[in-house]
Amino acid sequence: MTRDQVLDLYFMDARCKLIELAAFLDRVDRSEGEADFRLAALRNALPLLASPNAERAKAVLMALSDPTVDPIPAAFGKGACGAWPGAPR
Amino acid sequence: MRYIEPHAHMVSRITDDYEAMRLAGCEAICEPAFWAGFDRSSVDGFYDYFCQLTDYEPKRAAKFGLPHFSWLCINPKESEDMGLARDVLGIIPEFLKRSNVLGIGEIGLNKNTRNEITILEEHIDLAAKYDQLILVHTPHLEDKFKGTRLILDVLRADSRIHPGRVIIDHVEEHTVEMVLEAGFWAGITLYPESKATPARAVDMVERAGMKNIWLNCACDWGRSEPLAVPRTAIEMGRRGHSKEAVDALVFGNPVRFLSQNPRFQIS
Ligand SMILES: [Zn+2]
Repeated sequence: MTRDQVLDLYFMDARCKLIELAAFLDRVDRSEGEADFRLAALRNALPLLASPNAERAKAVLMALSDPTVDPIPAAFGKGACGAWPGAPR
Repeated sequence: MRYIEPHAHMVSRITDDYEAMRLAGCEAICEPAFWAGFDRSSVDGFYDYFCQLTDYEPKRAAKFGLPHFSWLCINPKESEDMGLARDVLGIIPEFLKRSNVLGIGEIGLNKNTRNEITILEEHIDLAAKYDQLILVHTPHLEDKFKGTRLILDVLRADSRIHPGRVIIDHVEEHTVEMVLEAGFWAGITLYPESKATPARAVDMVERAGMKNIWLNCACDWGRSEPLAVPRTAIEMGRRGHSKEAVDALVFGNPVRFLSQNPRFQIS
């Protein structure tokens, strides 16, 4: 596909998601109390969108991933939340 | 369009979903054993579930002309309790004789714990002893990258396991390469919020090639979309991929992998 064809197919969808993300960050700012590690993880990933790297989706996923290698001794609950609590804030 | 749905938890779906999938061109459904959304209290709960997967559910699918196949295991979300997990591993061999069972799955990891890894190793041992195909679930979200690496290590440590007989499911942009480079098959799961969207799935296929990849909807009791595979086929068409390429991905590839078990027959 040409770049224009990609834009014709996906620009409106990307525009919609970008505005949703901006509105989400505004909503968080308007709310009260401390944000947990998930907000910092999301903010840390935002500059990756503007990077010249052609693997931005992979970079964002890695920024939100547990980078450690050893199995943990036991599970505290079954769920995942989408960001790694151990990431620097 | 024709396609195979190689990963769907139909016990959690309504009958209309079978009809919609058939109308969309589905020619067979494969159902791995999974977590019910709550922990089963005993091995008897699994015995009944395996009966449902190997007896009742194929009959329900047949009403819509759909062959139904299943995979058996205790899923990683319940394998933290190793006593229960070993009891369940003990009843699997008698169910492997049933005619719609394709292999061991979906095994894998959830929170990447030591107990989960031990039970994963024991499932792999069972698959090797009974010469079964393997379907692997990789962890969710922040745990996926680490878990995928650990799973590859465990599989590669067992010399009886041939990578071409193992599919590692739920890959995303940060895990697809390591799975394919190690010689395993990769599954891309299409979900509304997590895992992959149709557009990202086609991106991955365009970059990695479609040789050993299948698509699946993994529909279950959560937010999921039973028609995600045909929707992704349409997405490929919108980008100009040929009908032959779409057919190879959504029909040819799953048939090629699943036919390694001669029980996988579709007319
Ligand atoms: Zn599943």
